[in-house]
Amino acid sequence: MRRILRTLLHGFGTREVYEAEDGAAGLEAFTHYLPDIVITDWVMPIFDGLELAQMIRQPGANANPYVPIIMLTGHSEKKRVIGARDAGVTEFLAKPISAKALYERIFNVVANPRPFVKTKTYFGPDRRRNVNPNYVGPERRKGGKAEVMRQQPLLEKARVTV
Amino acid sequence: MSRRKDDTPSVATYADYEVITPPHELRKVLAPAGDDVDDPVGRAEAALAELSSEFAGWMDSECDRLEAARQDVKRDGFTQKTHDILFRAAHDIKGEAGTFGFPAVVGVAESLCRLIEHTPDMQRIPLPLIDQHVDAIRAVVREYARPDLLDAATALTKRLREVTDEFLKAENSFRPDYLENIFAPPLVPGG
Repeated sequence: MRRILRTLLHGFGTREVYEAEDGAAGLEAFTHYLPDIVITDWVMPIFDGLELAQMIRQPGANANPYVPIIMLTGHSEKKRVIGARDAGVTEFLAKPISAKALYERIFNVVANPRPFVKTKTYFGPDRRRNVNPNYVGPERRKGGKAEVMRQQPLLEKARVTV
Repeated sequence: MSRRKDDTPSVATYADYEVITPPHELRKVLAPAGDDVDDPVGRAEAALAELSSEFAGWMDSECDRLEAARQDVKRDGFTQKTHDILFRAAHDIKGEAGTFGFPAVVGVAESLCRLIEHTPDMQRIPLPLIDQHVDAIRAVVREYARPDLLDAATALTKRLREVTDEFLKAENSFRPDYLENIFAPPLVPGG
């Protein structure tokens, strides 16, 4: 599968593709190479794609906790999908993968990035992909007026310090 | 809330949450609007087509891996290690067979994955049912060129899935929520 992915990515014009054969090697590669996008399988030895996503989505623990994570999965049961979404996965791609579907996911994270939300229990891309004007129910995002603070670009900072 | 309108990195702080707009380094890789000549999907499909002569050999290798995993289970019984190796072998076939040009294998491999993954006590996974799945996968791959293969594979998949689902329903009857989840329709859009 990695060779298929690499072939497709190079076909899209991606210049640098780094591979890892398990979750631990994936985390190490992520830390070392600071990729623009992480594409992970769900099922991997040592630790799986869900655990990898949880380790990446640790603010302050690595150079780019905001990196888009695309998860390839044959696990399409509702409970699993919601679990992965709650771990901070940005996009899903069900197998078998096609060039078109992979390109669409990559295009989406590049062209339409979502803001990140940080709560006591969650850190990851905004899970609300759409605004529902007819929503009726508890407003879980409550609070006063926003206080906006300019943030130093973390990726730039990381690249300077590495 | 769903789309970012401004690339400027910022943090908006509310009472019990923050909305963070991280730096968007990837914006610069986007092709300019109106660049209709570029066809990255076509290029990638062409690159994949060049690899396709190797797919049958890769599929054979995956079947050999599955067979080795089955033999490990028969020799050592189900341990966490043999269980995981067998699951990963079945899972990889499920995910790769369609890409490799063997889509008729996917259903059997999926059934095998479900059997291994959703049986709460691995010691109760029936070895004859494992054998039937592994033999079916190998047979479908081996006989893929036969003109009647699709019908046979469809019937085989249907029966194996029925038996597996019946077994899973019995084994998971003590946890109805789990049962409901594994029989719910899939959520993830296909490739």
